[in-house]
Amino acid sequence: MAELGSFALLLALALSVYTFLAGIIALAFQNQASPPAGLVPVRAGVAASEGNSFAALLRQGSERLGETARRAGVATFGAVFLASVVLVICAFSNDFSVAYIFHHSNVDLPGPYKFAVLWSGQEGSLLFWSLLLAAYGFVLRVRYKTDPRLFAYASVVLAGVQIFFLMLLNFAANPFGILEGPLRPDGSGLNPLLQYPEMVIHPPMLYLGYVGFTVPFAFALGALIMKYPGEKWIHITRRWTMVTWAFLTCGVFLGAHWAYSVLGWGGYWGWDPVENASLMPWLTGTAFLHSVMMQEKRGMLKMWNMWLVFATFWLAILGTFLTRSGIISSVHAFAQSSIGDWFAWFLAITFAVFFFFFFKNKSHLRSEHKLESLVSRESSFLFNNLLFVLLCFTVLWGTWFPKISELVQGNKVTVGAPFYNRVAIPVALLLLILTAVGPLLAWRKTSLESLKRNFLWPTIGAIAIAVFLMITPQRWGSPFGLKPWQDISYFYSLMAIALAVLVILTVASEFYRGGRVISKHTGQGIFASMVQLTHRNTRRYGGYIVHFGVVVVIIGFAGAAFNVDKEQEMANGDKMTLGPYTLICRSYTDDDAPNYASEWAILDVYKGGKQIDTMTPVRRFYKASQQTSTMPDIRSTLNEDLYLVFEGLNQDNGHPIIKAHLNALVMWIWMGVWIMLIGTVLALVPNAPAPVRVPAPARLEQAQAAPAVTGD
Amino acid sequence: MTNSNPKTKSARSGRKFAQTLLLCAAVFALVGAGDPATRFNEIGHQMMCICGCNQILLECNHVGCPSSDGMRNELLASVTRGDSDSLVEQGFVQKYGPTVLAAPTTKGFDRAAYVVPFAALFFGFGLVVLIARGWRNGPPRGPAGGGTPGRTAELEQFRDQARKETDL
Repeated sequence: MAELGSFALLLALALSVYTFLAGIIALAFQNQASPPAGLVPVRAGVAASEGNSFAALLRQGSERLGETARRAGVATFGAVFLASVVLVICAFSNDFSVAYIFHHSNVDLPGPYKFAVLWSGQEGSLLFWSLLLAAYGFVLRVRYKTDPRLFAYASVVLAGVQIFFLMLLNFAANPFGILEGPLRPDGSGLNPLLQYPEMVIHPPMLYLGYVGFTVPFAFALGALIMKYPGEKWIHITRRWTMVTWAFLTCGVFLGAHWAYSVLGWGGYWGWDPVENASLMPWLTGTAFLHSVMMQEKRGMLKMWNMWLVFATFWLAILGTFLTRSGIISSVHAFAQSSIGDWFAWFLAITFAVFFFFFFKNKSHLRSEHKLESLVSRESSFLFNNLLFVLLCFTVLWGTWFPKISELVQGNKVTVGAPFYNRVAIPVALLLLILTAVGPLLAWRKTSLESLKRNFLWPTIGAIAIAVFLMITPQRWGSPFGLKPWQDISYFYSLMAIALAVLVILTVASEFYRGGRVISKHTGQGIFASMVQLTHRNTRRYGGYIVHFGVVVVIIGFAGAAFNVDKEQEMANGDKMTLGPYTLICRSYTDDDAPNYASEWAILDVYKGGKQIDTMTPVRRFYKASQQTSTMPDIRSTLNEDLYLVFEGLNQDNGHPIIKAHLNALVMWIWMGVWIMLIGTVLALVPNAPAPVRVPAPARLEQAQAAPAVTGD
Repeated sequence: MTNSNPKTKSARSGRKFAQTLLLCAAVFALVGAGDPATRFNEIGHQMMCICGCNQILLECNHVGCPSSDGMRNELLASVTRGDSDSLVEQGFVQKYGPTVLAAPTTKGFDRAAYVVPFAALFFGFGLVVLIARGWRNGPPRGPAGGGTPGRTAELEQFRDQARKETDL
C-alpha cells in the first residue's frame, strides 16, 4: 500500500512539473504569436500572409500545449488525492510498517482520529496541504473559461507552489517511509491533546485558509506578469479571497476554542509562535479585503494590493517555516525538523520572483484617481490598512524578537502575553475607532457637518454605556462596576466595550438610514426594508454584519480583565467558593476505556443557595503514548464561564486537586465568530437586482429629496 | 496687581491642566500597587514557568510540575518580605535566566521590543499623511495605460464610475 502512495506522490510531482513547464512554454509562445496591439510591424504582401499563417500555427500549437498543461494540472489533483486516500487506509488498517502511522496512530484510536492522522504529524500535514492546493488548482483549472489566459497564468503559479510541496513530500518528508525491522503490534498513538473533536476540523479549516490565499496570490502574480488590464482579476478573486478568509477565520478561532477546551489553563490565546503564524496572514488578508475595494471603486492602491496579497501568501509560508524549522521555540508538535531550509529557499525564491515582476511591470499599476479629501472613505481605508499591517508587524516582531535578541545580546528573552498586551492593544483600539468611523465616510469627500450629524448619537450612546458600566454595582457581575482607574486592563476593557458599542450603533444607524429610504419609497415596514437593503448590496451590508461580529468578539476579549481563578484540594463534601458560585465535591472516581484510563471528580455547583448544575472535570491517561491530558468541564453563560480542571490527585491522600476559573464574557467570542461567518456568507450572496421603476411625476420630488446612499 | 494678559492666563491654565493630568496618571498608576496579594498576582503574571510548558507562572496547571510550585513560593516570600518589583525580578533573572520574564524589560536592547512597533506606527502615520497629501496636490490621473480616451469611452468611464460610487 505504501508503495502505491509513494508512486502517486511521484506521479503528482511529474504532472506538476509538466503543468508548470508546459504552461510557461505555451504562454511564452502565445505571447509571441499574438503580441500586444501596436507592436505588430507593418508588413507587405506575401511576407505578411506567411508571417500570419506561421503565427496562427504557433498560436494553435501553444494553445494545445496549454490545454495539455491544464489537464495535467487537473490530473495532479487525482494523484495527490490517491496518495492521501492511501495514507488514510494505512491508518484505518493499522499498517504500522509505515513510520508515520506508527508514530501517530494506535489500534484503539477512535475512527475520526484515525482519519485526522492525515494532518496530525509533519509529513501528513504537508500531504494534506498539497491535497488542498491541488483541490483549489482543480477548481481553478476546471473554471478556466472565465478568462482562459489569466487562468493559465494563475495555473502556472499554482503549479510552481505545488512543485515545492511535492518535492518536500517526495524527498524530505515522505509520509510513506517504511520502518525497518519486525512489524510492530501497536503504534505510539496520537498526541492526546489532538484527541478532541475540534481537532478533526480545526486543521482542515486553517489549512483551507492558508492554502487558499495561494489562489488570489496566483491571480495577482499572473495579472502582474501579463499586465492584465482593468480590475477584472480583482472581481474574479474576490470570492476566492472571501471564502479563504472565512476558512482562516474559522480555523484561527477553532484553534482558540480547542486551546480553551483542551489545554486546561483557562485561556484561549497564548501568543505562541504557531498561533501568531495563523494570525499574521489573517491580518494582512483582512487588510487586503478592505483595500481591494479602493482598487475596485476608485482604481487606487494597485501596487499596495499586489504587495498585500503577496504578503498574505508569504506570511502563511513564513509561519510554516517558523514553526517547522525549530528556529523559534513553540509548544506545538512540529517544532523540530529538518525541512526549515527548504522553506527558507522557497520563501527567498518566491520573494525574488515577485520582486522582479513587480519592478518590471509596476508602471502598469498606476493609480487612476487621486485622493480628494483626508476626510473620506479612501483615507479611512488607508489608515485601516496601516493599522492592520502594523498589527501584523507587531506580531511578527514579537515572534522574531527572541531570535533577534539572541543574535544581538547573546541571550534569548521571552515575548509573551504581557508584551502583546502592552503593544498590540492600543493599536487594536485605534482600529476599532476606524471601524466605527469608516462606514460613515463617503467616497471622495465627506463634509464635517454630515460626519458630526451621523456620529453624534452613536458617540453619546457609547459614552452612556461606558458611564453606566462604571456606576453600576460590581455584584451584578462582569463587566459591571468597572473602575478603569484601578488597573490598566480595566481601562482597556472599558475602552474596548465603549468603542464596540460605538461600532454597533454606527452599523445599526447605517442599516436604519438605508432601510428608511427604501421604506419611504416602497411603503414596506422598516425591518423588511432593511432586509431588502441588505439583499440589494449584500457585500456592503454583509460586511457590516462581519464588523458587528468582530466587535462582539472584542467584547469577549475585553472580559479577560475580570478573570479570576482558585485552586483547591477537594475531598468528598469539601467546598470551594468562586465569585457567585459554590462548588461541593460529591465524589471522585476513575474509569478505564480501551484507549485511555481516566480520573474524574463530580462537583455540584450552587448559585444563590440553589443547585444549578453538576460538573465533571476529567484527567485522562492515554495508554499508547503514555501521556496525560485534561478535559476541563465548562459551564458557559453570557456573563461568564465556570471552567473546572481536574489537575490530578494529591499523592499523599489521593484527593483530587481542582482548579476553578471564572472567565468573563468568553461566550461572546464564539458568538461573534458565528456572526462574522454569517456576515461573510451573506456578502457572498449575489445582489438582488434593483427594481426598475419609472416614478410618477407626483413622486419625483420625493425621490429627489431622499438621501443618496453610497456604495461599499 | 492682577495679570490679565490672556496669553499668560491661557499658559497658566494649560500648566494647571497638565499638572492635573499628571496627578491623575500618578493616582491611576499607584492605586492598589501596595497590596501584597495584588503584587503577587501582578508579578506572577509577568513571569514564566520554566518547566518548558511556555505558560505564565501563575497559569501553569501541571500537577507535580517540577518548577512552578517552588517558584510561586519564592515569589510569595519575596513579596511578603517587601522586596521591590525590580528586586524580585532581578532575583528571578539571576536564578533562572532572562527567559523567566514573560516580556522583554525596558532596559538596554530589550527596549527596542517596545520602541520599534510604536516607531513604526508613527512612521506609518507620517507616511500615509504624506502619500495622501501627495495625491491631493498632484496632477489629476488618467486611467493606467495612458492615452487620451475617446469621447464615448470617456463618457462610459464616467458612467461606470458613477454607477460604482452610487449603487445602492
